[in-house]
Amino acid sequence: MKKLLKLVNKIRPGFQEGGKLYRFHSLFDAIDTFLFTPDKVTRTGSHIRDAVDMKRTMILVDIALLPAMLFGMWNTGWFHFSSLGIVSEKTFWEIFWYGFFKVIPIFIVSFGTGLTIEIIFAQIRKHEVPEGFFVTGMLIPLIMPVDVPLWTVALATAFAVILGVEVFGGSGMNVLNPALIARAFLFFAYPAEMTGNKVWVAGLKNGEGIIDGFSGETILGYAAQGKLNEVPYTAHDMFFGFIPGSIGETSTLAILIGAAILIFTGIGSWKIMVSVFAGGYLMGLLLNLFAVNDYMSVPAWQHLILGGFAFGAVFMATDPVSAAQTEKGKWIYGFLIGIFCILIRVLNPAYPEGVMLAILLMNVFAPLIDYFVVESNVKRRLKRVEVKKA
Amino acid sequence: MPGVIKIRRGLNIKLQGKAEKIIIKTKTPEFVAVKPVDFHGIQPKLAVSENDTVKGGSVLFTDKNNPEIKFTSPVSGSIKAINRGERRAILEIVISPDESNGKEEFVKADPASITSEEIISNLLNSGLWPVIRQRPYNIIANPTDTPKAIFISAFDTAPLAPDYEYILKDSGRDFQTGINALIKLTSGKVHLNVENDIRQLSVFHTIKGVQLNKFKGPHPAGNVGTQIHYIDPINKGEKVWFINPQDVVAIGRLFDTGHYDASHYYALAGSEVLNPRYFKSIKGACVYSIATGNVKEGDIRYISGNPLSGNQVSSRGFMGFYDSQLTLLPEGNRREFFGWLAPGFEKFSLSGSFPSWLAPDKEYRIDTNLHGGRRALMITGKFEKVFPFDILPMQLIKAAIIQDIDQMERLGIYEVVEEDFALCEFVDTSKTDIQAIIRKGLDLMYNEMK
Repeated sequence: MKKLLKLVNKIRPGFQEGGKLYRFHSLFDAIDTFLFTPDKVTRTGSHIRDAVDMKRTMILVDIALLPAMLFGMWNTGWFHFSSLGIVSEKTFWEIFWYGFFKVIPIFIVSFGTGLTIEIIFAQIRKHEVPEGFFVTGMLIPLIMPVDVPLWTVALATAFAVILGVEVFGGSGMNVLNPALIARAFLFFAYPAEMTGNKVWVAGLKNGEGIIDGFSGETILGYAAQGKLNEVPYTAHDMFFGFIPGSIGETSTLAILIGAAILIFTGIGSWKIMVSVFAGGYLMGLLLNLFAVNDYMSVPAWQHLILGGFAFGAVFMATDPVSAAQTEKGKWIYGFLIGIFCILIRVLNPAYPEGVMLAILLMNVFAPLIDYFVVESNVKRRLKRVEVKKA
Repeated sequence: MPGVIKIRRGLNIKLQGKAEKIIIKTKTPEFVAVKPVDFHGIQPKLAVSENDTVKGGSVLFTDKNNPEIKFTSPVSGSIKAINRGERRAILEIVISPDESNGKEEFVKADPASITSEEIISNLLNSGLWPVIRQRPYNIIANPTDTPKAIFISAFDTAPLAPDYEYILKDSGRDFQTGINALIKLTSGKVHLNVENDIRQLSVFHTIKGVQLNKFKGPHPAGNVGTQIHYIDPINKGEKVWFINPQDVVAIGRLFDTGHYDASHYYALAGSEVLNPRYFKSIKGACVYSIATGNVKEGDIRYISGNPLSGNQVSSRGFMGFYDSQLTLLPEGNRREFFGWLAPGFEKFSLSGSFPSWLAPDKEYRIDTNLHGGRRALMITGKFEKVFPFDILPMQLIKAAIIQDIDQMERLGIYEVVEEDFALCEFVDTSKTDIQAIIRKGLDLMYNEMK
C-alpha cells in the first residue's frame, strides 16, 4: 500500500495546476481518492466528523442493488434457456453465466458513457468527480429489458447525464431521477427496442430455436391486452422473480433484501418506501371496489409484486435529490407515487407499466410538496406568537 | 414547575478521554490572554500598550461601538504582547502575571439591596458584562435592553464536556449571589436548567429565585439554545440572555468581594491526554499551563471548547473567554487505503454504514479528518434526526446560503446560533461547513435589523 501511495504522490504534481497533465486532473483526483481516502482535516466548525461520506453512501446503495442484479443475471439465463426448451438440461452456473455475460456489457456501456461525461464536466467545473453516477450507472441497466441494443443504452445514458443532471449544475442539483430519465428517453424515442413481448427474454427477437408456445410477454403485457387469464405465472413466481421483466425488477425478494440494507444503513428513506407501498395498495383496493374488468379486480397486494413497482419504490423513489426533502413531505410524495403508479398501470391503455411515469411526475411535484410542508411549519411557528398575545 | 422536558432527537458522541473527577490546582500560568476574537461583532479599542502594568480588573480594551462595554485583565501583571493578525486586527492581549495579586476595587454589595442600574454598571466596570450574551445572534448583551428571560444551562451534553455540578459543588453561595444580581436584570424569569438525573444533594437544588427546569435526552439537550426553544422560544423582536454557570459564580464573587476574580475550572479531556482531569486555573490561561506534561505523542489538535463547536488553538495558545474545556484530539491528516470500502471498526457514524452500531457504548478515538470530500447537499433526513427544534434545518441552511433574509426569519433564524447546528455539521455526508453558513446568516440578519 505504501508503495502505491508513494507512486500516487510521485505522479501527483503532473496533474496539478501548471502540470503537463492538468487537463486530466479530475480523473486523477477520482482515482486518487478512490484508492486512498483524502487526508483533508476540518478547519472551522465541528472538529470531528461522521465517518460516512458520499463514496461510502453510494457504494452501500450499490451493495443493496447486488441481490437484484445477481438475480437478474440468473433470471436472464433461465428465460433464455426456457425459450429454447432446454432449461432442464442446464446447471445453475450455466444459467447464471449465460445471464452474466448477457448483462455485463450493458453495465460496461452505462458506466463507461456516464463516467466519461461526469469526468469531463468535473474537469470543466474544476470540481471533484461526484459519486452520484456510481448508483445511476448501476440503476440504468437494471431497468432495461435484457435485449436492449447497447448503442441505445449509451445514447440514453448520455442524454440522462447531460440533459438530466449536468445542465442543472451536476450531481445533487437535478430535478428528475437520472436513471428514470434514461429509461423514459428510450421508452419514448425507441419504443420498438423497449416494449412489446420480444424484448424481455434474451434471444427472443432473433426467434431462432424458440419452442412452440413460449411467450416472453410480461404479466403487465398480458394485462394490458386483457389476457390476464392466460398468465402462466403464480404469485409465488412473482414474489421470487421467476417472471420476465427488466433485468433488476423481477424478484421482489431480492429487492426487499436491498431495501433492508438501505433502511438499516439509514441511506434510503423508509418513509418513502412504506408510503409508496401503502399508496399502491390503497389504490389497488379502490380499483377492486369499483372493478368493471379483470384487471381492476387483480388483488391489491399482487400489484405490489408485479412489474417495476417494488424496484421503483425501493431504489428510484428514494433518490434523495429528486424526492421530497422534508420528512413530512416524504410521506405525501411516496403515497402519491403509489397511487399514480397503479392508476396509470391499470387505467391507462397506452402504458402497461406506470411506476416510471409516476415517479417522474412526483419528482416534478416534490418541490411543491416541500413548499407546503415548509409553509405549514412557518404558520405553526407564527401561531406561537399569537397564542402568547391572546 | 413544569415536568421533565424530554429531548428525543440528538446524538451523544462517545469519545475517549473523559475528565476524571479530580481537581488539580495549577500554579499561576506563565501567561494569560484576553482575545477580542472571542467576542463576536465587537471592535476593540485598546486602553493599554505593551509593558503597561495592570491589576486584576484593569481595562484592557473597550468596544468602539459600545464604549461602556469594557474588557478587563483577569490577573495583575504586565502587558507582555499585543498580537495582531491580518489587517492589524488584534488577536490577543497577552499578560504576564506578577506576584502582587493587585486588584481593582469595584462595588461590594448585596445585589438585592442595590438598583439594577448599579448592578449593570458594576458588571460593566469590572469587565464581567461580556459573560452575558444574548440571543438572537449570539453576541454580548446590550446593557440598555431588558431581556424577556435569562437562561443558564447548568449541564453540558457535548462530547467530553465538564460536569458543572461537580466543579461548582462548593460555590453555592457565590452562585446564589450571582443569581440575585441576574434576577434584577430581566422582566421575566431566570431559568436554571439541569439534567433530570441530577443528584438530590446537588448545589443547584439549593438555589433560590430561579425556575429549575429538568431536561432529559441526548446532546444537544444541554445546549442553552435547545432549552430556550422548549421553555420560552424567541420570537421576532424578543431577546433572551444566557450565561455560563461558572460566570454566574464570577458575578457572585464580584458582589461578594468587590473584586474581579477570574478563577476558572477547565476540564482537560480527549483521547490524546494522558490523565484527563479537571484544572483550577484562570480565564484565558495559556494552554500549556494546563496541558503540559499530560499530552501523548503525535500530531495533536488543541481545541478550546468542545470538539463540536470549540475553537482551534495552538499548543502555545490561550483558552477562550467562554470555554470551560480543553480538548486534545489526534489530527487526521493521513490517508487510508480504500477507507470508504473497508469495514471501519474503529470509526463512528450515526448511519448504519459503519459497524459502530454493534457497540453502542464504545468510546471512540475520533481524529480531525473530514472523512471525505465536499459535495452538494444531497442526503436528506439526517439533520432532522439530530436537530431537536421545531425548525426545518435543511431549509434554514439553504435560506442562509442564498442569503434570503425573509425566509431565514420565517424559518426561525432568531432561535438558533452556530452551535445548535454543530451536530448537523457532524453528521453531514456532504461535509459542508454548516456552522459557518449559519454564522454568516446571523451576521447578515444582524446588519439588516440594526
